[in-house]
Amino acid sequence: MIAVARGAVSISLGAVVDALRGRGDPTVIAIVRDLRLPRVILGALVGAGLGASGAALQGSLRNPLAEPYLLGVSGGAAVGAVIAFALGVSNDVIVTLAAFIGAIVAVFIALAVSRVGGRGARADLRTLLIAGVIVGAFANATIMVALASAEPNKVRGALWWMMGSAADATWQRVQWLSFSIVVAGAALIYWAREIDVLSLGEDTAAALGVDAERSGRRVFLLAALLAAATVAAAGLIGFVGLVVPHIARRLGVRSHRPLVVAAALVGATLVVAADLAARTVAAPTELPLGAITALLGVPFFLVQLRRTT
Amino acid sequence: MIGVADLVVSYPRAQRNAVDGVSFIAQRGQLTALAGPNGSGKSSIVRALLRRADIASGSVTIDRTDVRTLSHAELARSVAVVPQREETAFPMQVREYVALGRYPHLGLWRTASNVDESAVDDALVQAGVADLADRDTDALSGGEWQRVRIARALAQKAPALVLDEPTTFLDVAHEMAIFELLWSLARSGLAVLLVSHQLNLVARFADTIVLLSEGKVATSGTPADVMKADRLESIYGWPVVITRDPAIGAPSLVPLRRPLNL
Repeated sequence: MIAVARGAVSISLGAVVDALRGRGDPTVIAIVRDLRLPRVILGALVGAGLGASGAALQGSLRNPLAEPYLLGVSGGAAVGAVIAFALGVSNDVIVTLAAFIGAIVAVFIALAVSRVGGRGARADLRTLLIAGVIVGAFANATIMVALASAEPNKVRGALWWMMGSAADATWQRVQWLSFSIVVAGAALIYWAREIDVLSLGEDTAAALGVDAERSGRRVFLLAALLAAATVAAAGLIGFVGLVVPHIARRLGVRSHRPLVVAAALVGATLVVAADLAARTVAAPTELPLGAITALLGVPFFLVQLRRTT
Repeated sequence: MIGVADLVVSYPRAQRNAVDGVSFIAQRGQLTALAGPNGSGKSSIVRALLRRADIASGSVTIDRTDVRTLSHAELARSVAVVPQREETAFPMQVREYVALGRYPHLGLWRTASNVDESAVDDALVQAGVADLADRDTDALSGGEWQRVRIARALAQKAPALVLDEPTTFLDVAHEMAIFELLWSLARSGLAVLLVSHQLNLVARFADTIVLLSEGKVATSGTPADVMKADRLESIYGWPVVITRDPAIGAPSLVPLRRPLNL
């Protein structure tokens, strides 16, 4: 509510409630319904997706440094978007779609690379992580080449997008993103108990009747899907996927089913708060959302860390 | 009962088969030890049992059912395995950890029933870790952690229990306590298969020892049958003598210092 009320034009909470009910000043109604509300919901969805994705990945890869952007998802999405911009496409739907396709392609390349590395023997989950990092590095190199050789005015859009922003929120994007998040998120919550078992290592997972390779791949794909959808909708918002699961764990949630849910809620809160800061602190200039999430998240994380040790 | 028959396991690009025609049986109510030097194929047999390594020929059976015909969950319900190495990525409560042993028994939505809860309670008591239930896994000593892992396996309520080197890194008291626990679990009716390279300990507790060398069964039988100096010398490639443990007279192996070349 507060996030909807605050912005370049400040609106009282009462007016927000009125606007949501369709009463009051038509300009206020337009700002609330078509600008602020979709933006807040988009931010919440992005945060939820990244948080849940990070929690699932850290558990299944048994690595507290794992995060969705390490899987090549972000790099792939950026390549998709940059290619679209470089080709002179400015249609919002097409750029979003290009980013999503780029992310998914990157994930499948990472999966393929990890299998080649395994050769006959079973590719373990660590190989998958390394493959993701490599694909991401290759994607970054591609972006730099594309940016260096493209016209500056075309590239500006791509750059802004890479910094991450919820500013271009439309109801269409919100619908599209909420569909992806609800479907992939529900599947992840269903399989979250398997993540508990996977977090014990592949030998123990096998001893408990879980095929570590297959189940790990499933979690990896679902997490990648969540991250890809958020990247396509709002660009790169760093740090959320990495730190939010740790914050959720510090709140005392251990088992992965509640952890995925808690990380989604914490992530949603963090991104909405960060977006609020991004558009109010230096209003009317907007700050990059990705930078704000890090600026807000790091101190919070450090305080949590101090309190428990 | 765990049955291994003419088992062959080979890894790609390996010089020889890791397991090369091994047969033995681990009976219910008995403690069976799988011993042998490093690289003799002990862990590969465990991997084959868990279907983590492909069985080239022969078979591994649990109560006469081939492990390859079982689903992963069915396998986990018929044999509980404590792998050699394991570290939780993120700490959890001991009770939560032991409850993961119920995973292969859970229904579609994977939530615990009263049966599951009481199986966890039993396992905590059996392994002697009931007082640790509320602790976190990263706050346990090495000995406590091994017992908690055994409790997790016991919560699986499988008729067979396999442990791969459960006492590595433990001091004498904790090591003995684990062996006493395994011995009493065998006496309570489980088929316990213990992989260990600590021959002397194994000789004091096991009903049967299967001694492997280079992927083959070098010798097997009661501790008295297996603990023969000349045979052990050729398997380990080191001079040894056999003495008797002063308390119960179990055979005991003493590796000799290399004679000084004066």
